[in-house]
Amino acid sequence: MSTEPVLGSEGAQKHLEELAEHANKPGRFAGLNQWWEQQPRVKQWAILLPIAAVVFFLPVINPPIITTEPGNDWPLACFDMARFALVALGLNVVVGQAGLLDLGYVGFFAVGSYVAALWTSPDSSAVHIPYLWTLPLAMLVTVVFGVCLGIPTLRLRGDYLAIVTLGFGEIIRLLATIIPAMRGQQGFKEVGHPPGTGSDGIPIFTNNHGTPWYMLTVGIIVLVMILLGNIERSRVGRAWIAIREDEDAAEIMGVPTFKFKIWAFATGAAIGGLSGALFAGQVGFVNNQKFDVVTSVLFLCAVILGGSGNKLGVIIGGALVSYIPNRFTSIADYKYLIFGVALVLLMIFRSQGLIGARAHLLAYGRAARARTRELAARRRTPEPTPDPAQEAAS
Amino acid sequence: MTDQNHDEIPEVIPDYVEPAAPPSLDSEAAEKAAAERDIAVGVGQTLVEIDNLSVTFGGLTALDSVSFDIKRGEILGLIGPNGAGKTTCFNAMTGVYKPSGGDVRLEGVSLLRKKQHTITRMGLARTFQNIRLWGEMTALENVAVGLDTRHRTSLFGAMLGIPRHRREEKSTIERGMALLEFVGIAEAAMTKASALPYGHQRRLEIARALATDPKLLCLDEPAAGFNPAEKEDLMELIRTIRDDGYTVLLIEHDMKLVMGVTDRIVVLEFGKLLAEGPPKEIRENPAVISAYLGEEAQV
Amino acid sequence: MIHPLIDNQWISFDWSSLGQNFWPVTFDGLTFGAIYALVALGYTLVYGVLNLINFAHSEVFISGAYACVFTLSALGFGPSPLQMPVIELIGCLVASCVAAMVASAVVAFLLERLAYKPLRSRNASRLAFLITAIGASFAIQYLIYLWRGASAEESVTMFIPQPVFTVFGATVDSQQILIVVAAVVMMVLTDQFVRRTRLGRGVRAVAQDPDTATLMGVDRERIIVTTFVIGGLLAGAASLFYVMKVPSGVIYNGGFILGIKAFTAAVLGGIGNIRGALVGGLLLGLIGNYGQILLGNSQWTDVVSFVVLVLILMVRPTGLLGSDLGKVRA
Repeated sequence: MSTEPVLGSEGAQKHLEELAEHANKPGRFAGLNQWWEQQPRVKQWAILLPIAAVVFFLPVINPPIITTEPGNDWPLACFDMARFALVALGLNVVVGQAGLLDLGYVGFFAVGSYVAALWTSPDSSAVHIPYLWTLPLAMLVTVVFGVCLGIPTLRLRGDYLAIVTLGFGEIIRLLATIIPAMRGQQGFKEVGHPPGTGSDGIPIFTNNHGTPWYMLTVGIIVLVMILLGNIERSRVGRAWIAIREDEDAAEIMGVPTFKFKIWAFATGAAIGGLSGALFAGQVGFVNNQKFDVVTSVLFLCAVILGGSGNKLGVIIGGALVSYIPNRFTSIADYKYLIFGVALVLLMIFRSQGLIGARAHLLAYGRAARARTRELAARRRTPEPTPDPAQEAAS
Repeated sequence: MTDQNHDEIPEVIPDYVEPAAPPSLDSEAAEKAAAERDIAVGVGQTLVEIDNLSVTFGGLTALDSVSFDIKRGEILGLIGPNGAGKTTCFNAMTGVYKPSGGDVRLEGVSLLRKKQHTITRMGLARTFQNIRLWGEMTALENVAVGLDTRHRTSLFGAMLGIPRHRREEKSTIERGMALLEFVGIAEAAMTKASALPYGHQRRLEIARALATDPKLLCLDEPAAGFNPAEKEDLMELIRTIRDDGYTVLLIEHDMKLVMGVTDRIVVLEFGKLLAEGPPKEIRENPAVISAYLGEEAQV
Repeated sequence: MIHPLIDNQWISFDWSSLGQNFWPVTFDGLTFGAIYALVALGYTLVYGVLNLINFAHSEVFISGAYACVFTLSALGFGPSPLQMPVIELIGCLVASCVAAMVASAVVAFLLERLAYKPLRSRNASRLAFLITAIGASFAIQYLIYLWRGASAEESVTMFIPQPVFTVFGATVDSQQILIVVAAVVMMVLTDQFVRRTRLGRGVRAVAQDPDTATLMGVDRERIIVTTFVIGGLLAGAASLFYVMKVPSGVIYNGGFILGIKAFTAAVLGGIGNIRGALVGGLLLGLIGNYGQILLGNSQWTDVVSFVVLVLILMVRPTGLLGSDLGKVRA
């Protein structure tokens, strides 16, 4: 098999070889990441599982120094971190992957909360359903909201989208205030929770018991991560990144950009609604006070801080945005100032966020990587040189 | 239109040099890279008709009733001095501009009022004069997006990993790598597009356009910024693409390249069709010499 | 029985009230519109030159309002109006106006230098600019919050508006005339500045084609700073009128809703278009006021403004007068 490329001068070839080497050898800075990618799946899991176990039992372990006590209840703080992480995961699809700046994400979160409240709270006169059913219902309703908001606005240029979504978030909050059925500041009390009672007859899921809520949310996060990962490594995920990088080029290369943007919006909305419903269940009370623009910006900060476009990064970002004010209560008053300044500084000095890893977009990327390595190896083995002795003889 | 090639336009039209026989391609790669498309028209028949196409900007007529055909299996050169309407014609064909009159038909189907992504799916792919790759994606991922135009997995299919999705993803790797090998940059498959050297970026653009399985491949000044050796290589590649059964429309400033690689040339001037014919004829056409090259040669 | 979720009580149209109060509401709407228009100019100028929605412009505006209130308090003004000769009153108003304009211009300048300029020199993406803008807006807002707390500043009354004349049975008072006339004069000055002066030509050139303008010797950085400062000056002036009209509205997040409305005004008239900002501002002031009377709840003004924004963007994204600062003909 001839490896003579159709194109390429000698210099270019040399450069290609360097690139191939670079792609396959750990670099000086991206070393850990490169190393990780080259490990076999089994080894990756062997390292991941203990970490996952620690994360899962975090509220029970209650590690000293890290704990937010005595200022804030640790299991509840854990649930709050998980909630932020889930929100960040959803917003990341919209902002990090499709590159659509959504400043009204709290609107979806609010819709999810209200869905849970309306269908479970005794204050609501709507039909009542078990709490767990409100989770998919909340996702469904927010997807409808997302698509309704997306169809008129996603044809707009990116910066118009930002301000329209900002307006959307406010409209949702104002409607919750104006429409009497939404009960304004009075709100809905005794929002439902998942079933089950412990051995002592006390329900497992209560407002002041964070651990079960945390574990439920972490389980959901894992599930969402797996599903989102599948989407990321498909034509959908690739189309999102292409739209983010150069929307016009994507359209011209055959990507139906409008459709994919709607999909991104709907996916993000569904996750926002899901986290809203979880939040409503844990707090047990929903009114119009928690869904302002400020919260939208905190969500955005979670995505940017962790590393926009990177699932693990935004989870850490979300957890941090929730954790810092809970742990360091003395600076809690400054949190909005700190996160505002952080956004500016991050954009200037480290726009890729804390974890600046690139997402993988190919389902069988390993096969391609192996092929590249093989090509590079073949290039490095010299052509069989004629035997000098034989040459001398002739 | 860039002006960077002005100095590269030769004063006289170079003699047509019979190209050397193309190097034997990696046959396996070529086979994998080859299109699986079904084209209604036979070789030599009309693939694209440009019929009285006009484009106006405000009061300015950039393209004035231009008509020509592109035949299946040929390399057609589109040339003309700066501002002659080459890129305008190109953009009107690919749906970037809305023509004010006339029609563009691919295999008899009008491309007007079609969305840009639909035009690409119908079989008309292009490269960009000023490279427009998705910088954060690897070379292979860039090609994969091109391949995805032929894929049909939905959001849910991808989420749940249905068999079709897995099948499509496997073929993406296989065909994507083959296309990269075909244009000669397979080793950089895992490199971010923005980190590739200029020449590789141009080749990647061609691979990405080929990935959409085009009936007509439009190359917009693919040799801009290339040195003579690289141009030579590019000519080889374009010929190989044609030999693989693609039809190529080439917009190019460099006369040597155009004369050396095309089967037929269309010359535009001031938005009008000036001449049409094989390179040899065009080279000897007095109108072309005076209008197009004369002004350059006299400088 | 009507299901409470689709209860029809929450929205009702009070046409008779609108009919009775039409003209007073109109004049009041124009006054608010003039304020929106002045703030909208800041959005429009920056958008024209940088293609950026400067989210932090609302904070530029509210900083001016704080400076204005502080100056007036220092001059002895309080919740009840002072008795003083007209000349002296005018002197005080001018002093507070200058203070507000300077404060806003300084905030705008710092914002440009500290937040946006580093991004430009790093060739950041548009998304990065937007995120920075929202971050800066947030940071300034909470800086004010930490300094002045969550409650509004004590209201300051400059003078009691006196009825000047009556049209269509509605009185027009001195305050309304002052605000509308002053705002229109400032907008005309800005318009003339951009059309006639050398610096203004530079602004248009950069708006039209930054690269060519730079090649032709226009100092792009200087032009950008100029537009930020002009936007700041106008927002400062607007903040004085805002303090006049809404004395209790000087609060850390008071700029936010007004900022969105002003941006809506800019888009309504055609973003990047100076005259469009005036037209859009006045129109939005009217629409908001009519909506409020018609729907009988002040919170509806905000909802109405957002809906207007979405509708324009859908139907005519270039706004009423077209959106290109560069295409202003001299």
